[in-house]
Amino acid sequence: MSPAGLVWSNLFRRKTRTLLTLLSVVVAFLLFTMLRAIAVAFESGGFGEAGADRLVVSPKFSIIDPLLISQLREIQAIEGVEAVTHADWFGGVYQDRSQFFPQFPVRPRGYFDLYPEYIIDADELDAFERTRTGAVAPAGMAERFGWKVGDKIPIQGGIYPLKDGSRLWEFDLVGTYRTGDSRDESGLGVFLFNFDYFDEAREFGEGTVGWFIVRIADPEQAAEVANRIDVAFENSLNPSRTSTEDEYARQFAKQQGDIGLMTTGILGAVFFTILLLTGNTMAQGLRERVPELAVLKTFGFTDGAVGLLVLAEGVLLCSAGGALGVALGVLAMNALQPMLLNFVGMIEVTWQTLATALAFAVALGLVVGAVPALSARRLAIVDALRER
Amino acid sequence: MLGQIAEITLLNVRNLPARLGSSSVIVVGIGGVVGVLIAILAMARGFEISLSRAGSPDRAIVLRGGATGELASGMGTESMNIIASMPEVTLASGELFLIGDVPKRSNQSPANLAIRGVEAAAFDIRPEVRMVEGRRFQPGKAEIIAGRGAALEFEGLDIGGTLKLRNGEWKVVGFFEADGAAYESEVWVDLATAQSVFRRDGVSSMRVRLESPDLTAPVAKRVEEDPRLDLELTSEADYYREESESLTALITYFGYTVAVIMAVGAIFSALNTMYTAVSTRTIEIATLRALGFGGLPVVVSVVIEALALAVLGGLVGAAVAYFGFNGWTVSTLANASFSQVAFDFAVTRDLVVLGLVWAVALGLVGGLFPAMRAARLPITAALRGD
Repeated sequence: MSPAGLVWSNLFRRKTRTLLTLLSVVVAFLLFTMLRAIAVAFESGGFGEAGADRLVVSPKFSIIDPLLISQLREIQAIEGVEAVTHADWFGGVYQDRSQFFPQFPVRPRGYFDLYPEYIIDADELDAFERTRTGAVAPAGMAERFGWKVGDKIPIQGGIYPLKDGSRLWEFDLVGTYRTGDSRDESGLGVFLFNFDYFDEAREFGEGTVGWFIVRIADPEQAAEVANRIDVAFENSLNPSRTSTEDEYARQFAKQQGDIGLMTTGILGAVFFTILLLTGNTMAQGLRERVPELAVLKTFGFTDGAVGLLVLAEGVLLCSAGGALGVALGVLAMNALQPMLLNFVGMIEVTWQTLATALAFAVALGLVVGAVPALSARRLAIVDALRER
Repeated sequence: MLGQIAEITLLNVRNLPARLGSSSVIVVGIGGVVGVLIAILAMARGFEISLSRAGSPDRAIVLRGGATGELASGMGTESMNIIASMPEVTLASGELFLIGDVPKRSNQSPANLAIRGVEAAAFDIRPEVRMVEGRRFQPGKAEIIAGRGAALEFEGLDIGGTLKLRNGEWKVVGFFEADGAAYESEVWVDLATAQSVFRRDGVSSMRVRLESPDLTAPVAKRVEEDPRLDLELTSEADYYREESESLTALITYFGYTVAVIMAVGAIFSALNTMYTAVSTRTIEIATLRALGFGGLPVVVSVVIEALALAVLGGLVGAAVAYFGFNGWTVSTLANASFSQVAFDFAVTRDLVVLGLVWAVALGLVGGLFPAMRAARLPITAALRGD
C-alpha cells in the first residue's frame, strides 16, 4: 500500500470520529470566512473601490458644515488638479427607513466624468443632463425596487424640505448606470439626481455643497495637491480638509468603532476551541493505533516515515475541512447578503480572506499533527507491542 | 433503578480524572459557545440600555417634520415659543445639536463628537444629568462639560484641558453622568455661545416635559395639525427605542448566527468525546450489563456525565463573559445622531441564564447518542473486546 493510501485508510479507521472532527474544522472555517467578510466590509466602509487619482474635499470641522459651490472654481485653478465636481448628502427616505439607500444631488456630466468606472449609456446621460428633475439609479437598485425609466420616484427629504414647505421630492428616472462591482448584483449604490433642480427647489442651503471630488494629474502628488487645496481655504469661512478617497473611506469606517476588534476576538475564541478539540481527538486516535504504528515500524518504516504519516493525516483532515468550510462560508454570505444590505453594505469574500483561511487550515493541521507525530516517531517497537 | 443510576454515575465520576483531557474538550467547547453568545448579546444589550435610559416617559422630543434625527432638524424662535406656551408643557428646553470632528483616544482618527448647546432648562428637564467632577459651564463663556463616555473616548476631554472645535478653543470645566444614558457620549456647551461660534440660528430640537405621559399622544396630534408648525412631537422613549432598534437587532442576529454555528461545532466535539468515553469503557459497561444492570441506567449515567461537563463549560463561559466583558466600554456611530455613542457591555442575569440553557441543551444532544450506543452494546461481543 502506498503512503498516501495508508494515510487515507488510517483516516477512515474510525469513520464517526473522522467525520466529527472534519465537521468541527468545517464549522471553524465557515465562521472564519463569514466573520472576515463582515469585518472587511466594515473596514472598507462599503464604498467600493477607491480611485487612486481621486481626492475628497470635505469641510474641515465636521460633515455638517457646508462648502460653497463658488469654491469649485478655486479648486479647479489649483496646480495638479485635473477635474472637480461636487456632491451632497440628501438623506431622504424612499418608502420606509428600513430600505435606506444614499442619494446625492450631482452635476450629471461632471460626476460621471470623475467616476469613469460607472457605466452609463450616452443617451441616458444626455437625458439626465437635460431633465431638470431627472435622476439615475444603479441598475441593481432599479431592479430591486422594480423601477423603470420614465417612472416617478418619490423620496421624502430628511434634511431638505422644498420651498413650499413640503417634504415630498419627486424625481424622474431617466436612466440607470452600472457600478461595475458587486454592488450591481446586490442592489446597492447611490441614487443620483440633478443638482440644479435641488439647489433651486430646496428651502435653505442654496449655493452649498457637501463635498468636492477632485481628479489629480499624478497620484504620486496626492499629498501635495491636498495640502494646496486646504491652504487655499485655510482662512476662509469654509475651510476644507482634503484626503484621498481611500483615506476618507477608512476614516469613515473607523467610526463604526470596535467591530473589527470584536470579530477578531470571536475568531480567536473559535480557533482556540477548535485547536484544542481537534488536537485532542487526534491524540486519542493515535493512542488507539499505537500497536499498528509499531507493526509498521517492524516492517521497516523509519521513525521519520511514521511521524510524517501521522502529520500528513492531520494536515489532510484540516485542509479538507478548511476548504469545505470556506466554500460553505462563501455560499452562506451570498445567501445572507440581502439581509445584511442595510447594515453593512456590500459584502465580498475577498481572495485575501480565502488565502488566509487556507493558510490557517494547513497551519492548524501542522500544529495539531505535530505532537502525535512526534510521539509516533519516538515510539519504541517493543514497548508498543507489549501493550496489546 | 435509581440506585443503579447512582452507582454507574458514581463509577463514571470516579474515573473522570483518567479522562481529564478528553472531558475538558466538552467543557472548553461548550464554554466557548456560551462565552461568545453571552458576550455578543451583552453588547447589544448595553447599547439598548444606553439609549433607552436617555428616554423618559414624561419627556417628549420635538423635531422638524420628517427629520430623521436631531442633526437633520431645525426650528426658529417662533415655533419654539408656540410649543413652550402650550398649556400641557410644564418645561421646555431648546437645544442646538451639532457634531465636531475630534480625534479618538484609541486610534487618533477623527470621529464625530456630539455637541449639545443648552440653557439651564436642559438640566432642569433631565434631573438624571448631574455633575460628577468640576462645575457647569458659565453662560457666555467658551466652556464645555463632557459626559463620562465622551471623556473616555475623545482626546482632549480632561478637566482643565482645552478642546479645539473649529478655530475656537473650549475649556473643559466639568464631567457629568446621566445614569449611563446616551447623553454621556455628548459634550454640552452654552446655547448662545454655540449659536454665535458655530454661526447657527435657532435650535435643532426641543425637549419638553408634559404634565403627564398620557398627554403625549393628544399633544403630538395638536402639534401635527397646527398650520403654523412644521414639527413632530414624539415621546422620548419611542424616539430612542427606534434609534437603537436596527443596531440592536443586527448585533443580536449576528450573535445568534455565530453562536449557532459554533454550537454545531461544539456538538460535534462533544459527540466525539462522549463516543470515545463510551468506547474506552466498553468492557466496563458490558460487565455491568452482564451483572444485571439495565440499559436505561447506562444511558442516564452517560447523559448525566455529559450534562455535568456541559454545565461546567457553560459556567466557565459565562464567567469569562462576565469578568472579561461586563462593563467594557466601546463606541460606535449611531445612525440618527450620526455621532459616536459610547456604551458598556451589559452581562445581565437573563443572558447568563440563556447561556446556561444553551449549555444544557448542547450537553443533552452531545450525550444522548453515545449513551444509546453504550446501552445497545451486544454484551458478549463487548466482553470479548471486539
